[in-house]
Parts: sequence; structure tokens; C-alpha cells
Amino acid sequence: MKYINYFFAGLFFGFVLVKAEVISWFRIQEMFRFQSFHMYGIIGSALMVAMLSVFIIKKLKLKTISGEEIKIEGKKFNWGYVIGGIIFGFGWALTGACPGPLYALMGSGVLVIVVVLVSAVLGTYCYGVFKEKLPH
Amino acid sequence: MKELLSTPWPWYVTGPLIGLMVPLLLVLGNKSFGLSASLRHICAACIPTKTKYFLYDWKKEIWNIVLVAGIIAGGILGGIVFENPNEVRLSESTIADLSALGLSNYHGLGPVEVFSFQSLLTLRGFLIMVIGGFFVGFGTRYCGGCTSGHSITGLANLQWPSLVATCSFFAGGLLMSWVILPYILNL
Repeated sequence: MKYINYFFAGLFFGFVLVKAEVISWFRIQEMFRFQSFHMYGIIGSALMVAMLSVFIIKKLKLKTISGEEIKIEGKKFNWGYVIGGIIFGFGWALTGACPGPLYALMGSGVLVIVVVLVSAVLGTYCYGVFKEKLPH
Repeated sequence: MKELLSTPWPWYVTGPLIGLMVPLLLVLGNKSFGLSASLRHICAACIPTKTKYFLYDWKKEIWNIVLVAGIIAGGILGGIVFENPNEVRLSESTIADLSALGLSNYHGLGPVEVFSFQSLLTLRGFLIMVIGGFFVGFGTRYCGGCTSGHSITGLANLQWPSLVATCSFFAGGLLMSWVILPYILNL
């Protein structure tokens, strides 16, 4: 039960994803073809709000609801960001979905998306198995 | 009220709401907003394996799985309970381009010609759904995050590797959409 907050956070996010139409395959095609501002407006304004929030959190040294100091772990560069990023880009344009929208799509009744999700899990599994042999 | 919840919302409403997920998760419990890690947790929890990448205490990451459960519920609420009765209002040039590639039905969230169980048995459907899904899972973990983890959280925290990742997502997406996808759609 201590995780119930996250359920509601997810519920909110999933609902907004549907209303934003970012779970639409068509919208993703429209984005990659530069034919509408819609997706860029969403990602851009989401980023602005997130950036401002992180700035305020750091500036005011805000704490979590349980009084912990808020820390955001950084990421160290490796070539996987480029190679993996391009592979994910392929998948994003093919399926029209990144992981978040994949789950929201499943909820919204597009049942065949379960197949896409199972493939994604399998893809992650293969990455785990071959990780040491891949260039990073 | 029902009308408001059933119609699509403009980008300047939904974008900022999505951005609020970052401070929300930080304040709730110091969690970084990111969704592709859930794929790793599902592997660690469900597949018995000796692979090092999956040997960690996934129970500590249950919050992420609960978040995912919430997103599925949000999808039910937004897509079924408060379903948008109208088609997605796409730009006309996108409809023209996709029609030239052989698509004709713009109802729903994706082309029904492609996203159906019958279509899985065709090469086109297999490539788009099965191989596409595989790329999403393999690629996001290879680059340590997806749109939420890199393009929103990482960039908001001013991490330059996330900018590299975001540019790579687009490089891959553009190459697929402009060069490869037209061939696949014509299969």
C-alpha cells in the first residue's frame, strides 16, 4: 500500500497521454515528418516545466514528503546512448510508441499492443544477455 | 464535464501536465521519472536468469511497476471510459503522405490495416509490431532511457548525455520514417 501514490501518479500520466494523443501512431508519423507542431509543443513545454521544477527544487533545496533530501542521479556518457538511441528511434517510428505510451495504449483497448510489449520485454532481455559484448 | 474529459486537450495543457511528472515523483519519493526501466524490472521479476544485468533487488523498484499499472488504468480511463468519439485531427499533408503509402483508415490510434492480430501474420505487420517492439526494448535499455528518462528528465537536469540520446532517437526515427518505413508499408 505504500506505493499507492505512484498508482495515482501513473493514472494521471496515462490519462494525460491519451488526451494529448501522443499514443497515436499517426501523431508520431506527423512529428517525424515535421507536419505539425503538436508533438514538439508537448515535448517542449513538458521539458520547460520539468526544467523549471528541477531548478526550483535545487535552488530551494526542497525535500520529499518524508523529509529526505531530493537527489537526481546524473548519467555518464557512453556510446550506447548513440547506438541504442538510434535503435530505439527505429522502434519509435515503427510502432509509434515509446514505453510510456505502450502501456497507455494497452489500457485504451488496442489489445494487439500486448504483442509489441512482449517483444519489447524480449528486446530488453536480449540486451541484458549481450550487454558485455556490445560496444558502449 | 464528460465532454471536457472526452475531447483531446491542446498541447499547451498536456505538455506542462506531463512535465509535472518530474517534480511529482521527486517529491513523492526521490524517484526519477523514466519508464523504460520498467521493461528491465519485468525481466528481472519474471524471467529466471543468471544474467548479471537482471540480478538486482527488483523489489526495491516496485514503485515503477505500480506506476506502470497506473498508466494502464489511465489508458482505460482516457481511452475507453472517456473515449474521444472523433478521429485524431491530423495535418492534411500527413494524411496525403500516408495515403500515398497505401493507408486509408485514419480512425482510432493507429492504422487498423497494420495494428491487428491478423496483420501479425504478414511481413509488414510482423516488422512493424514485433521487430519494432524489439527495437524499443533493446534500444531504450542500450541507451539507458527513453523519451521520459532522457528527453524530459535528463534534459531538465541539464545532462548533456541525454541530449545526445535525444538527438539519436530523432536520427533513428527520421531515418525510419523517411527512408525505410515507406518500403515496409508497401510490403
